[in-house]
Amino acid sequence: MLLIEDLQVELAGNIILKHIDLEIKPGETHVLFGPNGSGKTSLLMTIMGYPQYRITNGRIVFKGVDITEKPINERARLGVGMSYQRPPTINGLKTRQMVQFCSSREIDVDELARRVNFNNLLDRDVNSGFSGGEIKRSELLQLMAQDADLLLFDEPESGVDMENISLVGNTIATLLQKDCEAIQNKSRLQQKRERTKMGLIITHTGYILDYIPVDKGQVLYEGVLSCSTNPREILQCISDFGYEECVRCTIKTH
Amino acid sequence: MYDKDSLREKAAKAAHKKAAIGPDIDLDEFQRSPVEHEYLDDERLLKISEEEKRQFLMAGVDVSKKERMGTYLQMDTSVVHCDTKQEGIEVIPIKTALEKYDWVQDYYWKLASADQDKYTASAALDLHNGYVIRALPGVKTVYPIQACLYIGKEGLQQNVHNIIIAEEDSELHIITGCSTSPHLKKGIHVGISEFFIKKNAKISFTMIHNWAEDMMVRPRSVAQVEENGLFLNNYICMKPVRSLQMYPTTHLVGDNAVARLYSIIVGSPESEYDVGGRVFLKKPGNKAEIVARTISNGGRIISRGHLIGEVPDIKAHLECKGLILKGGLIYAVPELEGHADGVEMSHEAAVGKIAQEEIFYLMSRGMDEEEATSTIVRGFLNVDIPGLPPQLKAEVDKAIELSDKDVM
Ligand SMILES: Nc1ncnc2c1ncn2[C@@H]1O[C@H](COP(=O)(O)OP(=O)(O)OP(=O)(O)O)[C@@H](O)[C@H]1O
Ligand SMILES: [Mg+2]
Repeated sequence: MLLIEDLQVELAGNIILKHIDLEIKPGETHVLFGPNGSGKTSLLMTIMGYPQYRITNGRIVFKGVDITEKPINERARLGVGMSYQRPPTINGLKTRQMVQFCSSREIDVDELARRVNFNNLLDRDVNSGFSGGEIKRSELLQLMAQDADLLLFDEPESGVDMENISLVGNTIATLLQKDCEAIQNKSRLQQKRERTKMGLIITHTGYILDYIPVDKGQVLYEGVLSCSTNPREILQCISDFGYEECVRCTIKTH
Repeated sequence: MYDKDSLREKAAKAAHKKAAIGPDIDLDEFQRSPVEHEYLDDERLLKISEEEKRQFLMAGVDVSKKERMGTYLQMDTSVVHCDTKQEGIEVIPIKTALEKYDWVQDYYWKLASADQDKYTASAALDLHNGYVIRALPGVKTVYPIQACLYIGKEGLQQNVHNIIIAEEDSELHIITGCSTSPHLKKGIHVGISEFFIKKNAKISFTMIHNWAEDMMVRPRSVAQVEENGLFLNNYICMKPVRSLQMYPTTHLVGDNAVARLYSIIVGSPESEYDVGGRVFLKKPGNKAEIVARTISNGGRIISRGHLIGEVPDIKAHLECKGLILKGGLIYAVPELEGHADGVEMSHEAAVGKIAQEEIFYLMSRGMDEEEATSTIVRGFLNVDIPGLPPQLKAEVDKAIELSDKDVM
């Protein structure tokens, strides 16, 4: 389980996240909406442990361990994994090696790559000259190797073409154990009970909802998590009234 | 054809001439008298001490000679091993070659000048030995030829002269190392190298330096590339050295001739490296690339590069990238000189540190900070060298990996 309590975060002297409370139970996936600059990426980076996001109040507990002060790699080893919006290029490091590094065991990188249609890019330097959509698939490939329990996706479908979007969507569903076809001869209920992976997905468009059953939607607005309800309703509300109105109206109805 | 007396006369005049760059060295502090070593046949070569084997290996030389087309080994001033396995590939000690073969006279001191400075002068006056490697027309090596110049004698000045010739349509791959006994305190290596790449020929020359802390090193090399020829020069030095200064020059004299120079230098504390290269692009279609990756772990590194485009329709690029990891200095000096309309020349120089963002990214995949840092450093040193056969690329990687353990 991921538990965030009354989290306040400063970046470069500005408070960018305020009083964040969030709970993701094993098997649950949440989506996060919010206008540009509202702090969505910041929240994910804070959960991952980037030290420039200074936690000035509150705490983060993952699998019962207080990770508020833990370095990035320890969080990764505990099972936190992230698909980045804008990952850096690592010159001279081949994507193939990177994917292998992500896993603690020997893996068949080519076989994994096949699943996200990435084989002909494996021998390129990590993120070097990758197109927008290629970056997304590279990030997914790394997460597949990593086998994390809490998966943070920062806009996984942005910049992905219409054909690849189903590939990306289905891959995320698999990573989150939400693909119903994969496991036969088990009832849906049973599958749901056995699910342990947790997900937090940032999306602007909500296209990803077509592929992954999601438990909850949340809106981050000016550093504050303002509402949580059915993600489709939120999406409808945002497109009808805009973020500001949406946040206000749902607060009222709560 | 050179004239012995006039060469000596010319050199004698420059006996005290300081080099244009690099700290001056008093050559009177070193001995140049010959140090004899017994010739080692294949069997005895395999029986040298493990320590010596390792020193050779770090300089790219495998005494088992597996996957090598020829071998030249020199210890101090004596040739201890010299042979070739392939028809059409010649490996000959230069002193023998000068005595026996007239054709060698046409190459000796043809590109380099004996009066350039006191080091070239000394090599002309007091030559110990060196190798002549030649590929006959149309002959291509499958495996590289290996050469090693080793210094074991305390206080020695080793004077070496090498001539490398790729005749028309031939292809020659050479891996060469310089190394010293791990116990050596003081010594100087002076090495003259002249490369002749003829029409449609190709040479890849990979040099690995593996010096001792107090060594002085003054290589002097010049290459000439004819029509459609390719000269690929890789230089790796990841070990301490007191002072290393070299500025190899390449002349592209035929249409479409190409030169690519790559160097990887990791600078240790109290070591000074002044390295670089210069390429003259003299004919249409010439291409040149100089790529340097330098890391300072507390050493002083001057990384030079000079491209001179003399005619239109040439293309040249210079790339100097440096990382300062544990103090020290990196001084990048990129120079471009275009002498005609229609030259295409560019450079890219950057000196900095490892980006935190990259370290964090790798940490978020489970590496600790140290692993992440060394992975990024290794990536930084891992330059793609177009045209280098995978076999040689593996040697380069191996050399980096071997040194890696000591350096990082
Ligand atoms: N290094 C920095 N220094 C100062 N401010 C920063 C820095 N990085 C981000 N910010 C600011 O922090 C705020 C939150 O940024 P964040 O990236 O979390 O937004 P976001 O919700 O992910 O936006 P988007 O939808 O555009 O991706 C923004 O106002 C941004 O400009
Ligand atoms: Mg963002």
